[in-house]
Amino acid sequence: MKAIVSVFARDRIGIIADVCVLISSMSVNILDLNQTIMNGFFTMVMLVDTSTTDTPFDEIRAALETEGEKLGLDIRIQREDIFDAMHKV
Amino acid sequence: MLNTFDILQTIDMLDHQHLDIRTVTLGINLLDCAHSQIDTCARRVYDKICRSAQNLLPVCEGIEDELGIPIVNKRISVTPIAMVAQASDAEDYTPVAAALDRAAKTCGVNFIGGFSALVQKGFTEGDRRLIASIPRALAETDVVCSSVNIGSSKAGINMDAVALMGRVVKDTAAMTAQNGSIGCAKLVVFCNAVEDNPFMAGAFCGPGEPDCAVNVGVSGPGVVYHALQSAKGRPFDEVAEIIKKTAFRVTRMGQLVAQKASNRLRVPFGVVDLSLAPTPAVGDSVARILEEMGVAVCGGHGTTAALALLNDAVKKGGLMASGRVGGLSGAFIPVSEDEGMIAAARSGVLTLDKLEAMTCVCSVGLDMIAVPGDTPASTIAAIIADEAAVGMVNNKTTAVRLIPAVGCKVGDTVDFGGLLGSAPVMPVHPESADTFIARGGHIPAPLHSLKN
Repeated sequence: MKAIVSVFARDRIGIIADVCVLISSMSVNILDLNQTIMNGFFTMVMLVDTSTTDTPFDEIRAALETEGEKLGLDIRIQREDIFDAMHKV
Repeated sequence: MLNTFDILQTIDMLDHQHLDIRTVTLGINLLDCAHSQIDTCARRVYDKICRSAQNLLPVCEGIEDELGIPIVNKRISVTPIAMVAQASDAEDYTPVAAALDRAAKTCGVNFIGGFSALVQKGFTEGDRRLIASIPRALAETDVVCSSVNIGSSKAGINMDAVALMGRVVKDTAAMTAQNGSIGCAKLVVFCNAVEDNPFMAGAFCGPGEPDCAVNVGVSGPGVVYHALQSAKGRPFDEVAEIIKKTAFRVTRMGQLVAQKASNRLRVPFGVVDLSLAPTPAVGDSVARILEEMGVAVCGGHGTTAALALLNDAVKKGGLMASGRVGGLSGAFIPVSEDEGMIAAARSGVLTLDKLEAMTCVCSVGLDMIAVPGDTPASTIAAIIADEAAVGMVNNKTTAVRLIPAVGCKVGDTVDFGGLLGSAPVMPVHPESADTFIARGGHIPAPLHSLKN
């Protein structure tokens, strides 16, 4: 299942590294990644594949949220379907 | 390929513009629960609802988790109870309402609708008993909603039912007086009621519906308001275009949720209701959209035209986004549930008369309006008749949900809490409607040709 991971935070060194370690620790595969600084805010959107892991989706979501919080990052994961539905005719 | 802009736009809608699924409503047919003993009927009703809706909450929560979309309400609508309970000879149908309440609480849903009767052309004995049971049923339950359809474009208006409902609204207010007459917030009087409406308080599962169906109501006034920020001073064509595009996106989200819920519950997908349902939260108001279009205060001149554009554009945008559209589908204008409407009513600009005019061009009717507690039943009945006439002639659904809050006068505020919000008590015309309502009988259905 493909999903979108989005990360928002005040910019600092090592955010991408932290997020990638977190995601790979759950055996979730990163397919694509786009990162920019918007009005001084770190903004990253990743396309990931969760079929590579046995961890249930709700556990991945909860882990990203709590671990992200510890790292000072706002991380969320949503199934890709919602973005496809809303933006593709 | 990643389109970061689209993704960030969606996340912004969810985080800052109150985008949500307003309700996933499971329609359940209860006709097979009829029994000559009312207690057996009530037990069957409880059992069937619990059996059919046991997975509703976990399924909805799973979808919320995966998609990151809040589903604000999970609800159940059932067959109009007048049809189910009239197999019994019981005078009072409150035991069935109590069973609905218990079942809703067991399933963990926010509201259950369908303590209803359809009497547009006349009463059955069961209809009369149900209507007589409404005040007690609403006073003794927490989450049961009731509705009565008193007119239609095909049948005309049942003025005996209109008169009766004026009294039922007053009785319901009196029996729930200690809670701001909240019973009236759960009671809707309809003309042209729809059978697949997922929104409360008027949801019921009509006799033409399947045994079970998933109906979804979307929201999004905040998203539309935000989108219009980019069109300040631009012509109305552009405004309409922006609203259509926004409504398309919002509805696609509703369609996605409806399909997922339908698959996981193994229940047919019913409809997506293309509605713009406000909440009392700042930034989630239909009134503020009208003001963004240029009306100084909602209720001022221009309001009806702005609302007509909004209502039409929401439907045009939403239609293509969904496989099946139904329910009420349009912009809602419930006064107590809309921060901008509350402000406009409090300032005196938005009046009952203007609201009536607005309901000619939008969904649904005079909704969640507090009126003085000493308003006579005949005046409430006459307001219902006026609103029903708007629906009957215009071939659209109209409804009245008035709260004659006991002990309250014009200028007071009635607080219901949660999504029901708070309502400033609005004045009604003091002239008596007694003679008008005392006539009773039937207003014939209007002509459906010679439309000039």
